[in-house]
Amino acid sequence: MSEIWAFCEETDGAPSTLGLELLAKARSLGEPTVLYAGGGSARAWETLGSHGAVRVLHFDHGDRLAAAPVAAAIAEQANEQTPAMILFGQAYTDRDVAGRLAVRLGLPVLSNAVDVTLEADGTATTRHEISGGAEIAVAAFRAPRPHLAIVRPKSFPAEPVGGPPPEVVPMEIPDVGGAGAMVTERHARERQGPDLEEAAVIVSGGRGLGAAEHYSMVESVAAPLGAATGATRAIVDAGWVPYAKQVGQTGKTVKPDVYIACGISGAMQHLVGMKDAKTIIAINKDPDAPIFTISDLGIVGDVHKVMPKLIEKLRESR
Amino acid sequence: MRILVCVKQIPDPANPSRFDPETHRLVRTEDQILDDTDRYGVEMGLRLAEAHEGTVTLVSMGPVGRAQGIRQALAMGADQAVMIEDETLAGADALTTARVLSAAVERTGFDLVICGPESTDGYSGVVPQMMAELLGVAALTYATRVEVSGDGVTIHRQTSAGYDVVTADLPALVSVTAGVVEPRYPTFRGIMQARQKPTETLEVSDLGVDVSVGQEVISVVPAPERTAGVVAEDEGEGHLLILEKLQEAKVI
Ligand SMILES: Cc1cc2nc3c(=O)[nH]c(=O)nc-3n(C[C@H](O)[C@H](O)[C@H](O)COP(=O)(O)OP(=O)(O)OC[C@H]3O[C@@H](n4cnc5c(N)ncnc54)[C@H](O)[C@@H]3O)c2cc1C
Ligand SMILES: Nc1ncnc2c1ncn2[C@@H]1O[C@H](COP(=O)(O)O)[C@@H](O)[C@H]1O
Repeated sequence: MSEIWAFCEETDGAPSTLGLELLAKARSLGEPTVLYAGGGSARAWETLGSHGAVRVLHFDHGDRLAAAPVAAAIAEQANEQTPAMILFGQAYTDRDVAGRLAVRLGLPVLSNAVDVTLEADGTATTRHEISGGAEIAVAAFRAPRPHLAIVRPKSFPAEPVGGPPPEVVPMEIPDVGGAGAMVTERHARERQGPDLEEAAVIVSGGRGLGAAEHYSMVESVAAPLGAATGATRAIVDAGWVPYAKQVGQTGKTVKPDVYIACGISGAMQHLVGMKDAKTIIAINKDPDAPIFTISDLGIVGDVHKVMPKLIEKLRESR
Repeated sequence: MRILVCVKQIPDPANPSRFDPETHRLVRTEDQILDDTDRYGVEMGLRLAEAHEGTVTLVSMGPVGRAQGIRQALAMGADQAVMIEDETLAGADALTTARVLSAAVERTGFDLVICGPESTDGYSGVVPQMMAELLGVAALTYATRVEVSGDGVTIHRQTSAGYDVVTADLPALVSVTAGVVEPRYPTFRGIMQARQKPTETLEVSDLGVDVSVGQEVISVVPAPERTAGVVAEDEGEGHLLILEKLQEAKVI
């Protein structure tokens, strides 16, 4: 069976959900090894094992920025063991490590994939959404192994399959001299309400709300539904809401049961982050807004008329 | 301080390009404008240059004979530009792009390289990291704030939880996130001056870079279509349709 490696960054002391998604894919393609960047713990190993990891290469980079030293350490292992494929997620640290690793190995890396395949004869492909998700481009690797791919979050479900704790191999973190950087402080924003990436319902707002203070309408629709609140980049850039709420190409990828878009035009870069919601509801005063082309229910109307009535009804029905 | 800003010219998004079904390449429109996300890097570069007696040199790889987007960035205030134009670079992948750009950067000499986090049309999001590895310097990525002091650079690096403070020695590379600084608009004077600013045009042979393509688009297929559902005009009852839909989805 082919060796497939999946990168996983530690977040809040645990394996990231994205890493577990990659692990699920790695398992379906071959023999999975996790490249774990972070402090590590017995619980983390247990989680990885229960998600099917057989082996973990552990890169404990401490206060060093992961990018250069972790890429160098992975390169050394990859040169020795030549896995068939190494999977990364479309996320900050993943991209940092993948880019530098590609240079070290002299191999291409295919970004923004939504799926990867590996044939018995060794050929590998990635699938990419183009034209805002209307079309899929299939790309083939034309280079030796390992094939490097960066996959969008939520492309594969992270599912526990039950399994014993994996073999954990501690890796040496090399000195990379001037290519290294240090993390001197970490700041976490206080989290309010449910997590965007986990929520079953998301209510999002865009520039059509008209002003920062009207974002409270989004929060008022969300509260009775127990929903998370999201935003377009337009209103994040305008400073109405923090970046953590941004949904889309350069923000979060979400896949809730219901996504309610309020005053959002539906730009391609927004759609790629939310179009896989099971049910999409949109309120927009422009009947030609692109968001309506993917909505299950589109209301052509003014957010200032529709949302207050919706809020009232939701409160009543609670 | 020598500040190099990597900027990309892209087809005007108002005039979209399409995939050629025969060659599987992007067929770009003739118009080339400055990638909007790179305006933030240019602005950051100009501010750092103003504060640290620096110069701003633009570095750009793009289609032969197109400089419209570069002139936009020169008009903002950049001092000069290095452009790499070569027919063999059409369809270059991220690794080749990074090799070409870093060779040009090295040739020019630098203290700080500034990139965007991802380009609007390519969005591989790995060119800056690849360049840093090729140059043997740190890449401080996804910066929401950049400070240079002495021989070091410190940034706020966006994370999924908030931000980290990250620091490294110069020379280094940073990628700046859109929205961190308000890009200035070119003045009339800037636009006039842009025409006179020094620009250098290089070809692959000037850089000694190996142009290889390790990936190939083999087909383009329609995605499973998401059919649009009901679109209804709100005549005072729109919210009731939404409630119905929420019930149908079993979230209330
Ligand atoms: C490289 C790159 C990456 C990007 N990444 C992202 C990303 O991750 N996420 C993202 O969201 N965007 C992203 N964008 C930006 C994206 O292209 C759009 O500019 C953005 O999504 C638009 O946000 P919006 O819908 O809020 O605003 P607009 O496009 O201005 O739309 C506002 C909408 O509100 C409607 N409206 C106005 N008034 C009312 C009213 N009273 N009632 C009802 N409707 C009303 C209008 O009809 C309009 O459709 C990116 C862009 C680039 C170049
Ligand atoms: N052809 C290019 N010319 C100049 N800079 C580029 C080019 N391609 C990418 N870059 C830089 O790398 C960043 C990330 O691009 P990408 O990896 O294509 O998403 C961009 O924001 C630019 O700063």
